[in-house]
Amino acid sequence: MSTTAIAHPVSSTGIAHTARIFAKETKYEFLKLLRARSFSLAITGFPVMFYLLFGIANRHANNGNIQIAKYMLGSYACFGLVGAALFGIGAGMAAERAAGWLEVKQASPMPPMAYLFGKCATAVAFGLIIVCILTVIGLTMGGVQLTALEFARMLGMTVAGAISFASMGLLLALVIPANAAPGIVNLLYLPMSYASGLWIPIESLPHFVQRTAQVLPTYHLAQLMLSIFGYQNADSLLGHWIGLAGFTMLMLGLSWLLFQRSQQNS
Amino acid sequence: MQATAVLQESYAARIPTVPAPAAIASLDNITKRYKATTALDGLSLSLHPGEVVALLGPNGAGKSTAVRLMLGLASPSSGSVHIFGGDPRDPATRTRVGAMLQVARIPETLRVREHIDLFRSYYPRPLAFEEVVRIAQLQGIENRLFSQLSGGQKQRVLFGLALCGDPDLLFLDEPTVGMDIEARRSLWQQIRSLAARGKTVLLTTHYLEEADALAHRIVVIDKGRIVSEGTPSEIKSQTAGRKIRCRTTLSIDWLRSLSGVTAVEHSGEHVTVTATNAESVVREMLLRDEALSGLEITSPALEDAFLELTSAK
Repeated sequence: MSTTAIAHPVSSTGIAHTARIFAKETKYEFLKLLRARSFSLAITGFPVMFYLLFGIANRHANNGNIQIAKYMLGSYACFGLVGAALFGIGAGMAAERAAGWLEVKQASPMPPMAYLFGKCATAVAFGLIIVCILTVIGLTMGGVQLTALEFARMLGMTVAGAISFASMGLLLALVIPANAAPGIVNLLYLPMSYASGLWIPIESLPHFVQRTAQVLPTYHLAQLMLSIFGYQNADSLLGHWIGLAGFTMLMLGLSWLLFQRSQQNS
Repeated sequence: MQATAVLQESYAARIPTVPAPAAIASLDNITKRYKATTALDGLSLSLHPGEVVALLGPNGAGKSTAVRLMLGLASPSSGSVHIFGGDPRDPATRTRVGAMLQVARIPETLRVREHIDLFRSYYPRPLAFEEVVRIAQLQGIENRLFSQLSGGQKQRVLFGLALCGDPDLLFLDEPTVGMDIEARRSLWQQIRSLAARGKTVLLTTHYLEEADALAHRIVVIDKGRIVSEGTPSEIKSQTAGRKIRCRTTLSIDWLRSLSGVTAVEHSGEHVTVTATNAESVVREMLLRDEALSGLEITSPALEDAFLELTSAK
């Protein structure tokens, strides 16, 4: 039934071919995680549940000129997008590596960057979905008022944050054993979120926690997100950008070193 | 070029391999160490165009390591690897190679159709979707999620993914593991038809039966070394007997005529007789030649390998 013509459709030019690989890799990574209920429900469900419990339940509360429901919209947006990046990439890639699936892909001519891009873009997409859901909840149930510009800046910050934490996901995927991955990710993610003021405003946390927050990337991310509403604390925004960028570079650098080392030992 | 092969269903003829001038894939004197263990120990192996080679050996023999080296997934501690004359890691090389590896899990929430679509996109000249489905026998399950497939169906999907690029060289690492006999035989059929289209195939297995059914040439390895190499019939004859080595005046022709003797070799003043019933052959020889001396009876190394194979089952 088949002919040469069917078996070999016209090959596209190099760039278009590569672009199509990136697009398909991203599309299927997203579909894969969307259909994996244990991932997609947990990753959207926890920020939503926490926001309802802590943010919406306190919708009339104010702390000075800070509206708690709006403040928590920003902080749970960070909580959600960090979770999407750490679980989607860290735990997901660790599992694919351990199962040998990564090797099947590496043996194919797939550009390695397409795989990483697909994972990163998917983390961004989940981050955006979570932020949109939280925003709808905040607007409808929390009495939050948001300008279009604020919302657009939130989405932009979500993209930047998801890319930044994708680098941590990548490092975790290279370091942690797959069967322990969800546990280890939680052990890092939950305390880090708490100590950076993602659950409870950082001003309400004990002083020593506030001081140690300075070294946490989630703290810098949260301050940048909150600055959209004018809710950031006294530190300079530039410092937070440097903190977040430095963290990303550190994670990528360590990942690169570990990857090189594992290639040599493989 | 590779593509113009007419798709045909004919059986792969069991042609004794003509030594081809150039190997399309080769491992040259490869040693591969992982920390304390040596997975491959001075292994050399070459694959010629159109050949089906079976790498046969017990678990831990180094079969998968050899495949991983040829796929550029691992690098040798010493020695060199050439695929199509180049580096196996070169993306251009990888467009001509297909691989079915032992995978514990593949993403379960994607459909068979989606997995194939994605893998086809990696190659500049992929095999048509319908062809992948037909050859890997995935008709009727294209829209199932991977998690909904049986073990045999999952293996067939992995086989299909290896075909997506219409590769000239195909690596199949334990392709029929976890398959029932029927599924195994139908995959053998598909491997034969690939060979008939001129594809070069290296498969690993720990079943002699499988190697015998598919391969033009069998390479038996154990503990990272080649134990034996030859056509299936040569390998089978080697597994079937023990070697009797001695100094004797008996003629080679007479020795050959004894029942149970499969081979007689002469080197210096020693004769080596391979026999399936070593005891009765030795009795006969001692009766005929009272001056017979230096008698040794050994099992071929291969037999040891197979003892391990059969006990592993």
